[in-house]
Amino acid sequence: MSTADVAAPAALSQPAAVARWLRLLRSELRLTFGRKRNLVLLAVLAAVPVLLGLVLRFSSGASNGGGGGGNGNGPAFLSQVTGNGVFLAFLTLVVESTLILPLVVAIVTGDSIAGEANRGTLRYLLTVPAGRTRLLGIKLTANVAFCAGACLLVSAVAVAVGAVLFPVGPVTLLSGNAVPLGDGLLRLLFVTLYLAAAMAALGAIGLAISTLTEHPIGAIAAVLVIALASEVADSVSQLNVIHPYLPTHWWLSFDSLLRVPIVWPELGHGLLSFAVYIVIFCSIAWARFTTADVTS
Amino acid sequence: MSLGTGQDEVSFGGAERVEPKPSSLNVDASGLAIATMGLAKRFRDQLAVAGIDLAVPRGTVYGFLGPNGSGKTTTIRMLLGLIQPTGGSQRLLGVSMPAGANAVLPRVGSLVEGPAFYPQLSGLDNLARLDAADRTASPRTAAARIDAALDRVGLLPAGGKHYRAYSLGMKQRLAIAAGLLQPRELMILDEPTNGLDPQGTREVRSLIKQIAADGTTVFVSSHLLAEVEQICSHVGVMRAGELVFQGTLEELRGRGTPRILVRTGETTLASRVLDRLGLTDVRADGREVTAQLGELAPETVCAELVHAGVPVAGLETPRASLEDLFVELTGEGFDVNG
Repeated sequence: MSTADVAAPAALSQPAAVARWLRLLRSELRLTFGRKRNLVLLAVLAAVPVLLGLVLRFSSGASNGGGGGGNGNGPAFLSQVTGNGVFLAFLTLVVESTLILPLVVAIVTGDSIAGEANRGTLRYLLTVPAGRTRLLGIKLTANVAFCAGACLLVSAVAVAVGAVLFPVGPVTLLSGNAVPLGDGLLRLLFVTLYLAAAMAALGAIGLAISTLTEHPIGAIAAVLVIALASEVADSVSQLNVIHPYLPTHWWLSFDSLLRVPIVWPELGHGLLSFAVYIVIFCSIAWARFTTADVTS
Repeated sequence: MSLGTGQDEVSFGGAERVEPKPSSLNVDASGLAIATMGLAKRFRDQLAVAGIDLAVPRGTVYGFLGPNGSGKTTTIRMLLGLIQPTGGSQRLLGVSMPAGANAVLPRVGSLVEGPAFYPQLSGLDNLARLDAADRTASPRTAAARIDAALDRVGLLPAGGKHYRAYSLGMKQRLAIAAGLLQPRELMILDEPTNGLDPQGTREVRSLIKQIAADGTTVFVSSHLLAEVEQICSHVGVMRAGELVFQGTLEELRGRGTPRILVRTGETTLASRVLDRLGLTDVRADGREVTAQLGELAPETVCAELVHAGVPVAGLETPRASLEDLFVELTGEGFDVNG
């Protein structure tokens, strides 16, 4: 008997190992996106632009004559929406990123390991054995996919609603330049992906906290508290020394993408901040999860 | 790689890290499915498992007994790499754990502390999920293997039903089916009949017999005596984190001291005769007299009784029941009747 045929089933070839990894990822994604609770959360996210659009459409006649670049009260982009439906997407992203989006991300990522532990399915996955590092990698990937999926869904629904309710045309950027619709939509895609990266950073915090407990509600609450505390701290000017290091500080920097020229340093800082958060908290999650006693 | 075990390892995978170590370890590896040396676990200030030496020979059905809280589940969790021992070492199928977990666990099926699955998925989808997590499982054969596992535990007709709609017995059987997705050399079953009705208990028991008949070593924990007595060849008994007995069922039975029981109307006379014969612990109770038999043959006692004029209506040498032995080993509070 040669060693080659003995080792064959165990030492998978590189592509086969990748295929097995993708099989588990598919299973994880089906579980994440097939779960009723998560679908309800996505539906809530998608409902916001619809409501915003309807409210703006039917109150615009009364309040102002539509369009105009007035930067009056209300969130950024509010006044532009009635002039160009594409801005409904930017408005929605700003509105949702303060509470609803972090809440959804906290629920899904805080639950990712703690939920399995609480259900007891974690011990079955680990005795398969799924491999602790491998399972954590799968969970992280699924979390990132969910964050990206949620942000893309919001943008897509908002653009669709905006196109139905409002005129659509060349996009007037924050710097005053007008770019063609295609360029505007491309910028919207980048804005969406930037926010998805921001959510993935919060998701990494969620994953780490999720490895610390077998009570998903506790993990979810902790993630949400971190996000809200960071937002509060970010709004206190006396704390401006720590502002750049807060996890939520760079979330709205995506408006740099809506200027000509694009403000790269701002975006770079944001992406760097997200990357650092992801690396630190994934390391914490890994250190904890690969050594923790699974007693649930 | 020895020719003898090579064939098995081809079909179960994980072979290249299972390369037998030379000489003595090799004997150990082939002879014992589970071997622990001073395995211990301390949780904060509580010693859950106090250094036990398990030796589970391959091809046996080993009953791991003890009252709730005696450290059985903690031991099983250590065996499966779910928790880290705080002392000692352990080998599963000859492979050091938890270092060799990825190599050896695919050859081990397990049910730990009751079934746990996704309630919103069907039984079939739950098994598919676990199969997807297994690096050694071929996706091409997954559907066939899942069906076969469901069929084996009699769940195939209910495979499409949501797990939350399953009865406790069905849940338990689904957990066993998860252990049967691949051919296994060892099955570790933690309280597989816990909470089941007599019918379900019988089903699980016959399932365990079938699994063992296929040559799989079965390590089954229980706090129920009757269950173990019927299916096991070997037993280990835990008490407060210590392994107080380990051996074959026969060896356990042999631990009991033989007694003699005489049925007679003349209990006082019979007691006197037994006393005279040097038997100890003579007790008269209604129309029965019992005593420790010691080295004496029962027929000698019978002859002496008849000779002394005792009307012997019946004479027995009852063996101490396993239940009695367990109470003796595990102390009070042991739930002998389940």
